[in-house]
Amino acid sequence: MPKLTIDGIEVEVQDGLTVLQACEQIGIEIPRFCYHERLTIAGNCRMCLVEMERAPKPIASCAMPAGEGMVITTNSPAVKKMRQGVMELLLINHPLDCPICDQGGECDLQDQAVGYGMDRSRYTEEKRSVKDKTFGPLIRAMMTRCIHCTRCIRFSSEIAGVPELGATGRGEHMEVGTYIEKALTSELSGNMIDLCPVGALTSNPYAFNARPWELKKTESIDVMDAVGSAIRVDAKGPEVMRILPRLNEDVNEEWISDKTRFACDGLKRQRLDTPYVRRDGKLEPASWDEAFSAIADRVKGMDGSKFAAITGDMACAESMTALKDLTAALGSDNIDCRQDGAALDASCRGGYVFNTTIAGIEEADACLIIGSNTRKEAPIINARLRKRYLMGGFKAGMIGEAVDLTFKHEHLGAGTDTLSEIADGKHSFAKILKKAKKPMLILGQGALKRSDGTAVLAMARQIAEDNGMISDDWNGFNVLHTAAARVGGLDLGLVSGDVASILDGCGSGSIDVVYLLGADEIDMNRLGKAFVIYQGHHGDAGAHRADVVLPGAAYTEKNATYVNTEGRVQRGRLAVFPLGEAREDWTILRALSDVLGHKLPYDTLSEVRQRMVAINSVFDGDDEVTGGAWGEFGVKGKLDSSAFVSPISNFHMTDPISRASETMAQCIEALLGDNKGKTGTDG
Amino acid sequence: MLKDSDRIFQNIYGFKGSGLDAAKAVGDWDGTSKLIAKGREWLIDEVKSSGLRGRGGAGFGTGMKWSFMPKETGGRPVFLTINADEGEPGTCKDREILRNEPHKLVEGALLAAAAVGACAAYVYVRGEFFREAEALQNAIDEAYAAGLIGKDACGSGIDFEMYVQMGAGAYICGEESALIQSIEGKKGQPRLKPPFPANVGLYGCPTTVNNVESIAVVPTILRRGAKWFASIGRENNTGTKLFCISGHVNTPCTVEEAMGIPMRELIETHAGGVRGGWDNLLAVIPGGSSVPMMPKALCENAIMDFDGLREHGSGLGTAAVMVMDKSTDLIKAIARLSQFYAHESCGQCTPCREGTGWMRRMMQRMVTGDMTIDEIDLLHDVTKQIEGQTICALGDAAAWPIQGLIRHFRPEIERRINDRKASDAGQAA
Repeated sequence: MPKLTIDGIEVEVQDGLTVLQACEQIGIEIPRFCYHERLTIAGNCRMCLVEMERAPKPIASCAMPAGEGMVITTNSPAVKKMRQGVMELLLINHPLDCPICDQGGECDLQDQAVGYGMDRSRYTEEKRSVKDKTFGPLIRAMMTRCIHCTRCIRFSSEIAGVPELGATGRGEHMEVGTYIEKALTSELSGNMIDLCPVGALTSNPYAFNARPWELKKTESIDVMDAVGSAIRVDAKGPEVMRILPRLNEDVNEEWISDKTRFACDGLKRQRLDTPYVRRDGKLEPASWDEAFSAIADRVKGMDGSKFAAITGDMACAESMTALKDLTAALGSDNIDCRQDGAALDASCRGGYVFNTTIAGIEEADACLIIGSNTRKEAPIINARLRKRYLMGGFKAGMIGEAVDLTFKHEHLGAGTDTLSEIADGKHSFAKILKKAKKPMLILGQGALKRSDGTAVLAMARQIAEDNGMISDDWNGFNVLHTAAARVGGLDLGLVSGDVASILDGCGSGSIDVVYLLGADEIDMNRLGKAFVIYQGHHGDAGAHRADVVLPGAAYTEKNATYVNTEGRVQRGRLAVFPLGEAREDWTILRALSDVLGHKLPYDTLSEVRQRMVAINSVFDGDDEVTGGAWGEFGVKGKLDSSAFVSPISNFHMTDPISRASETMAQCIEALLGDNKGKTGTDG
Repeated sequence: MLKDSDRIFQNIYGFKGSGLDAAKAVGDWDGTSKLIAKGREWLIDEVKSSGLRGRGGAGFGTGMKWSFMPKETGGRPVFLTINADEGEPGTCKDREILRNEPHKLVEGALLAAAAVGACAAYVYVRGEFFREAEALQNAIDEAYAAGLIGKDACGSGIDFEMYVQMGAGAYICGEESALIQSIEGKKGQPRLKPPFPANVGLYGCPTTVNNVESIAVVPTILRRGAKWFASIGRENNTGTKLFCISGHVNTPCTVEEAMGIPMRELIETHAGGVRGGWDNLLAVIPGGSSVPMMPKALCENAIMDFDGLREHGSGLGTAAVMVMDKSTDLIKAIARLSQFYAHESCGQCTPCREGTGWMRRMMQRMVTGDMTIDEIDLLHDVTKQIEGQTICALGDAAAWPIQGLIRHFRPEIERRINDRKASDAGQAA
């Protein structure tokens, strides 16, 4: 605990802190460009120079460890002069094109220039200009604006683990780039836009669309994967302009995946903004009354056992609650939230959540990944695994497809044979798990959505129990979900039906009416002659097959509850109103229930939420993880020896929103080389 | 003048050949194992009391540097790194050592390694020194073959490996931490200090980085004794030193002389005097391009050692004496140096990356007088914004020559600006 004096104030700080951090502790802000608390220290911008007693030269406060007895001055005229000097040098080759720069209004350089810039330039020579670079469809790289802080380089090599960026050239000819021009392939590349302190890296889809002060900022939760990253939705009028990360140390720190950030343009395309009714085989726009009466015609007086419901991957807990209650009111219990047929049951919460928690990964010392490509299924969790790996003393093994996870791991095998070997303790990795103090395993949907899913689940439970993953203060058993709605659905007990038998029932005629709540990932051809009601926000597969379409709200358009893969209950907030005739989803079900003569007993959001708490007390929480009870789950059985296949083959398009996104389509074209054979004259 | 018998580099001109036999004939490899047997403490103390200061330019005590090396390394190996990236304009002393006396370097490396507990030495040779690297490699091969280095080097019980690594021609790789980066295969950019190489250096291990000349003089110092070395020169500036005299002298040369020799004596005795006589002297850059120049008036009584030159606002640097007579366009000379530094700046930190380019452009305009008198002060201001604020010393090195020019030759600059103004006005009329 060194004690030092900063501007005459004595302060005692923790070991290992830098002078800059010590200054921050007592509220002295040090200007900086290259320093970022989650990246290694570069010390190259020289903006944070301070004076230290007995030091012949000024010191870079970001890099100097706080030491006993240091006397630091941050407010002397000399320090001010130094900062002005550095600022002037940064600006001489900066284009000063703030009026046409997207960073304007949220630019570190602009802000600091207010404090340390001069009112005119003393530089009369020619300015340096750098040719713009192509970093792919997501990032616009105007490298003339670059101040060479190297944050993006450090991010790509440290956090993302895809070292594609570097500096070439020397002196004033130094340029940041990808060496050979190419699109960035990291799933986290968009975070470089936030990290860039100037307008060198800006969002390409958002280019020239809005100024930060025009935007209404709403704090919300992401639903593109099951991580539940904290996001901020920036909207201009009725339009979502961009999605930015929000700080949540327990979940996403300050990163979000590229799909979370850039798929939001999908919210503007293929939207359902009015009800539709199928007449003479053709979907035609209709009023709410017409749509509801078309449903009432089919459902009223129907035998309840002929009604089934499937909830989709982005459904909020409120709408799922309403649909559960409506299904029950109609006399059916045939409802399922597991579109992909994952072999999870809701009896034991410890058996279907990410018990270790995302932040808890940092405590683990060994990790077995079963049937999951964490990099594509949950880039944020993958980044946390990489962070843990970089701390050292972490052994990871993976069963499934051999892929680059961005951190060192051993590929143990492809399927259940290897899993059995580990369960029997015969495999070399079993010894690593045995020896580890806090071992963990991650069970992906690729291992669960198979016909032998319950057997795999049981074996994973056995591995967890046999290898000391379950103890009073540690639970290393983790299920990694890919759907934002899944844990919420399981918590609400939406497992009384079964997607496969519902689809079979439709084929055989034992089921007459199917209610799809945003469910687009099932095989629509198997719905047979059933009457299909689709409630959702995008004209995707479900709406295409539906007989009645009810327009719902996307995640940015409603106050809604989601439970992430950890079992963390989080609330998304309305940023813009639902489009056209569309309504918040639970209200649609509430209105429909009235028409069907089974009026649901809630009229306000808080009443729905009370009902959710009544079903499962976990919904009482807000941004907290309620630990899952451990128990018996999974059924031992015969294993199929085929290889595990990740549920995500195409990271950029996994749901109706990202499938409608033009930006995501451009990513696929850029990354998968879909443009082969194009001549430039086609289309 | 230094007595011939006191010269360390008896074969600096290569008249005797560079092989092991020639080296042994001038006393190299004599009793090396006995010196090692005296132990780490003795080796460091002896070098310390000899007063040897690093010959790479900064003049930091070599023995002191060695004593900073940690005794306990937690299982990490210790490395000795020898800086043979001699890129300082005007300097050509290490080149002569590599060419003609490589065995002094190899023996010195072994002794230095014994002193700091290093298991291996990496010699980082400037990319352009291809034949010099060959000569060094030959010497290393000979030493290995003779059992002088390698396993149980010289029968001392110490294992010592030596590797030659070629650079690729970047001046900045002569900075010790950039040199370490370069050996590791990374972009040659100086590292932040702390941590210093003594704690975290090559491959994250404790490392000491020494200049070729510092290492090459060690065997002789140890053999003849610290007292002998300390008796030459002045206190704090002891021993002999290789001076490289170039520019407007009659016989440019590299010569070993005692520290503290008067500049005039050095030039007149060894370099045949200034072209056209001493009175034709305009200015001297006494220590390689990085130090401020000295006008003739200051040269009269200048003493060639670290403290002697600092008194005159300059420095000994690498002891590369660049003599400029009255035919020299000093502004153009300094503009050329500015161009050099702008070209060699690594681009890592802001003041140097942006400032060297700014200074270069202003200096180029100054050559033709295409600037205003105010801009001289602006230029001086810019040099002050760079000096002392960069990660490594290249920023200082780029700033000082310009500061020296403005300090001593401002009237000359103003005259050129006014002449240009007058001729422009004449043309317009």
